[in-house]
Amino acid sequence: MTSTMTTSRPEGQAAAAPTARFVNVGERTNVTGSARFKKLVLDGDYTAAVEVARQQVENGAQIIDVNMDEGLLDSEEAMVTFLRLLAAEPDIARVPTMIDSSKWSVIEAGLKCVSGKPVVNSISLKEGEEQFLEQAQKCIDYGASVVVMAFDETGQADTKERKVEICSRAYRLLTENGFPPEDIIFDPNIFAVATGMEEHNRYALDFIEAVAEIRERCPHVHCSGGLSNLSFSFRGNETVRRAMHSVFLYHAIPAGLDMAIVNAGQLDVYDTLDPQLRDACEDVILCRRPDATERLIALAESYRGRSKEEDKQAAEWRGWPVTRRLEHALVKGIDSDIVSDTEEARLEIAARKGRTIEVIEGPLMDGMNVVGDLFGSGRMFLPQVVKSARVMKKAVAHLIPYIEEEKTENSRSAGKIVMATVKGDVHDIGKNIVGVVLQCNGYEVIDLGVMTPWTKIIETAQKEGADLIGLSGLITPSLDEMVTVAEEMQRAGLDIPLLIGGATTSKVHTALRIDQAYDGPVIHVLDASRAVGVASKLVSDTNKDAFVEGIADEYETVREKRAGKGGSALLPLAEARANRFRADFTRKPAAPAKPGLHVYDDWSLADLREVIDWTPFFRAWELAGTYPAILQDQVVGESARSLFADAQEMLERIVEEKWLTAKAVCGFWPCKAVEDDVVLDDGTLLPMLRQQVKKSRDRSNFCLSDFIDPAGDWIGGFAVGIHGIEPHLARFAKDTDDYSDILLKALADRFAEALAERLHQHVRTQLWGYAPEEALSNTDLIREKYDGIRPAPGYPACPDHTLKPILFDLLDAGTNAGLTLTESQAMLPTSAVSGFYFGHPESQYFGVARIGQDQLENYATRRGMAKDVAERWLRPNLD
Amino acid sequence: MKVRKSLDAAAAERILLFDGAFGTMIQNARLSEDDFAGDLNLSAEQGGNNDILALTRPDVIREITSAYLAAGSDIVSTNTFSANRISQADYEAQHLVRDINLASARVAREAADAAADGDGRPRFVAGALGPTNKTLTLSPNVEDPGYREIDFDFLADVYREQAEALVEGGADLILVETIFDTLNAKAAIFAVRELERKLGREVPIALSMTLTDLSGRNLSGHTVEAFWFAVRHARPIAVGLNCSFGAEQLRPYVQTLGKIADTLLLAYPNAGLPNELGEYDEPPEKTAAMLHEWAQGGHVNILGGCCGSTPEHIAAIAAAVRDAAPRRVPRPEPATRLAGLEPFILAA
Repeated sequence: MTSTMTTSRPEGQAAAAPTARFVNVGERTNVTGSARFKKLVLDGDYTAAVEVARQQVENGAQIIDVNMDEGLLDSEEAMVTFLRLLAAEPDIARVPTMIDSSKWSVIEAGLKCVSGKPVVNSISLKEGEEQFLEQAQKCIDYGASVVVMAFDETGQADTKERKVEICSRAYRLLTENGFPPEDIIFDPNIFAVATGMEEHNRYALDFIEAVAEIRERCPHVHCSGGLSNLSFSFRGNETVRRAMHSVFLYHAIPAGLDMAIVNAGQLDVYDTLDPQLRDACEDVILCRRPDATERLIALAESYRGRSKEEDKQAAEWRGWPVTRRLEHALVKGIDSDIVSDTEEARLEIAARKGRTIEVIEGPLMDGMNVVGDLFGSGRMFLPQVVKSARVMKKAVAHLIPYIEEEKTENSRSAGKIVMATVKGDVHDIGKNIVGVVLQCNGYEVIDLGVMTPWTKIIETAQKEGADLIGLSGLITPSLDEMVTVAEEMQRAGLDIPLLIGGATTSKVHTALRIDQAYDGPVIHVLDASRAVGVASKLVSDTNKDAFVEGIADEYETVREKRAGKGGSALLPLAEARANRFRADFTRKPAAPAKPGLHVYDDWSLADLREVIDWTPFFRAWELAGTYPAILQDQVVGESARSLFADAQEMLERIVEEKWLTAKAVCGFWPCKAVEDDVVLDDGTLLPMLRQQVKKSRDRSNFCLSDFIDPAGDWIGGFAVGIHGIEPHLARFAKDTDDYSDILLKALADRFAEALAERLHQHVRTQLWGYAPEEALSNTDLIREKYDGIRPAPGYPACPDHTLKPILFDLLDAGTNAGLTLTESQAMLPTSAVSGFYFGHPESQYFGVARIGQDQLENYATRRGMAKDVAERWLRPNLD
Repeated sequence: MKVRKSLDAAAAERILLFDGAFGTMIQNARLSEDDFAGDLNLSAEQGGNNDILALTRPDVIREITSAYLAAGSDIVSTNTFSANRISQADYEAQHLVRDINLASARVAREAADAAADGDGRPRFVAGALGPTNKTLTLSPNVEDPGYREIDFDFLADVYREQAEALVEGGADLILVETIFDTLNAKAAIFAVRELERKLGREVPIALSMTLTDLSGRNLSGHTVEAFWFAVRHARPIAVGLNCSFGAEQLRPYVQTLGKIADTLLLAYPNAGLPNELGEYDEPPEKTAAMLHEWAQGGHVNILGGCCGSTPEHIAAIAAAVRDAAPRRVPRPEPATRLAGLEPFILAA
């Protein structure tokens, strides 16, 4: 369930606000829901009441619900007092407020105190249309979104039909009177289930079904609900209540519930619920069997938490002296005893009146030096280094409180580097690896995370007096953003070196674009193993100048070569079109067996595990070679085997404990090719790009539209995403465990690719069904020995990333696969794949490569974009 | 609707020019206490009450306005930054608020119409509402964070009085400027909505935020994006940033706002940062060069100047951006955009 709650805190002022898909509204600052909060407010202890709000935000509430409806209170005054106090707390006031009252006068008093854009909770048709519309207009005038309760002149809606009817009526009234639909949030009433009353049994199911229909009928609205009502029958049994809430959300969110008033600190992850309890809750909520209530009550009585026994075996090395144990732990990356060993070393040193810092400078650094030497000489590989770093970090974390207590001067770092994945991009595996490697070598790394605006990068570099800045990015629009960062560094008057890394970056792009924008040194770093070498030269007084000059010469040469060559000759667009690929459309596949959208909420991870392509996994860890041969490789074999074993172990847990949820959606649409466009029958235009580089002999100038019959054909699309990684990453972060962090991210990426592969197979054999007999081994799948292709927007055959929003709309990928796009069209969650299906047996992958100004202009017109916008997105394909 | 339409039409063709500072120009006119006080017989000294000049030395205000129009301003503001009951109380002139605003709007209207008649180019008068010197969001009392000096209803009333007189005097739109407290601006928006209902016609609003420091927030703590989400219900004819600091420092925030605001983008920075003597000495060419860059980047629709800027600055800016294409107004996807101090978006 947490998988659907992707939010992150905006970083710094200029960060683009993240787009949420499910919102936790904190409920603890509600006198009707929290006895403690009520008592605090009644006692006038507003200081403590404000702390309740703070905890809610810290626990992840994205909106704070404030309710002061209590007979013993002057509710208006209490609302005003509390909201004004919250305004003085930037940590709390950063999130929007929900002003919650059944009395309009209290709401209006609250609206006059809130300075952002709040949510009003709630108004309804209870007192008729006139009052409803009057209050709605006030909400517009004060600048607020509004929760509309499913309540009308005859009462509160309890059945699905009534909920839908009232909400539809309210929607029509509001939108006809100029209320923006996106500012409407319906609350179709969550009532208690498992009360023993038979007529209550369908309440949860009715709610879920009503939500789905309301979202369908009323475009752009949201649905919300107060969750605690649901489990009212189990007051006092928190375990069961939490399980019910998790199960309810698990089913209601896909139906369209995108907001809930919850205790933000108390949500369990659906997948971690005890399966027996989960099933019993599911029976109740989905109304699956007549005795569901009795069974849940019985289970609730007997439910007890289980403790796990842990066995430890002391290995031989545990008998060694402590300094040797530390070195061994570091080199082997064993973290099970590192804290106790570190403590032992600290006590030893303290006993001889030494300072705590000596533990780091002595045995720990000695150990890391061994690691560094082994890595430097190619006898140890990245996965082990990252594991060692995890051990080191744990040891250091243990020592820091003592070091601070002794107030010694900080150990001098080799250099300070600010690292960031640039704005619009969310990929950070590579950056994290480089960060770890640098830290292992004594660099102080300030990691600004992902989606970092340039203002923040420069500000941090200046404030911290950084020696270096390192930028990372995976998707092509990030290349442009890196140029922007370089330009702004220039403007800010910086002259520190700028390191560029990440999958789409290249020496050529760095030399041609980034280096030109910044007078300071700009260095493209090919992979993590080069990072330390580059960094150490750049911070060295003696080596820096020569190194920088060398790089500058090298880049000048790159530029001269490019200028001299001018690339291969381009055909005018008309000629390239004349030389299009002529597919034999008598061979085109038949119409799909199962047209329409197909949604897969939870594809079996065990199934996906079977089709994982491991070679890219090793590449992510900078181990070169093809799986499975890599496991026997003379040089990296041992390292690869150990990494593979760790990966298998984690995979086991991912599948067993269901850490991740694999979601997918695909669909097929009738279409035809018109010149270089694929035009769907519903009018949707998918403009494609054509190769323009002059071909030798009889090679065609390909365009994806060549694989589509102008006389009528079909095209497919898909989007898959791996959800639920966040709580596990948070856990690893807490344990300063970079190794597991990178491992899990890399595996999640593999799952996404595996799902894309599996889904494509399912499409060929079943959904589209043009290859029902296909039976390929995993190796043949990886080698793409099948008919049809699935090119992705942003990749060589279809380089324009902005086709993604069109594809996502067609698939409703937000709702159906829980995927969103950043401003640079990176997909969230990070482990995701999307693309188009072409079924023609002659369809094939190709790279569009360089295109001319004529095609750029033509494409911009077809795509409905200004030329400069198209130019920005297609920069890698232009000169 | 007429104003909105014709302003949008003009802005579609080119970058429009706003005016520059009044304060700087009035300072340069070296007026005496008698000039300010006139024969109003007010009990307090009036030196420094720039707004009252609309009654006592309207010729000075007219001259400044005309100078800006001659320099190229398409939109001129009324000299009414402090012409509200709260600020005028400091000069014991609160009973003159309506007169000041009426007179000031008339001066600007006449000057704008004369310029429009002269060359046929439409000119607009923006009735300026300042932030007042009180805040709805912050307590002036450190020990009592829940305390407020004024409340929403009172401030809305203050704004309503001023806006009504400005519109009556001939202002085409109401410009809520130098917004340091977002809730103050929301009270102004609320007041103008009420005025519209009373008049039975649209009164277009323009909004301009000011940043208090380089963290990119205003005094009430809102980021530029949160500010926009909090005031977007005003359906403003333009939104922007003014004052704060010079163009150099304001640039990233103009860019941020320009990317998300689905309306015209207005920016009128100070002429640089004040020097050691507290004076603005950025030469017109320098300001113009920086704004030229913004224009080239397609970041703006309306440009002008704030503290320290003069008709020479406006003329230099006009020359620098003459050939630049105006910013294209983005059309963001429908989404629920909420705000605390920071923005919050829920996909719709």
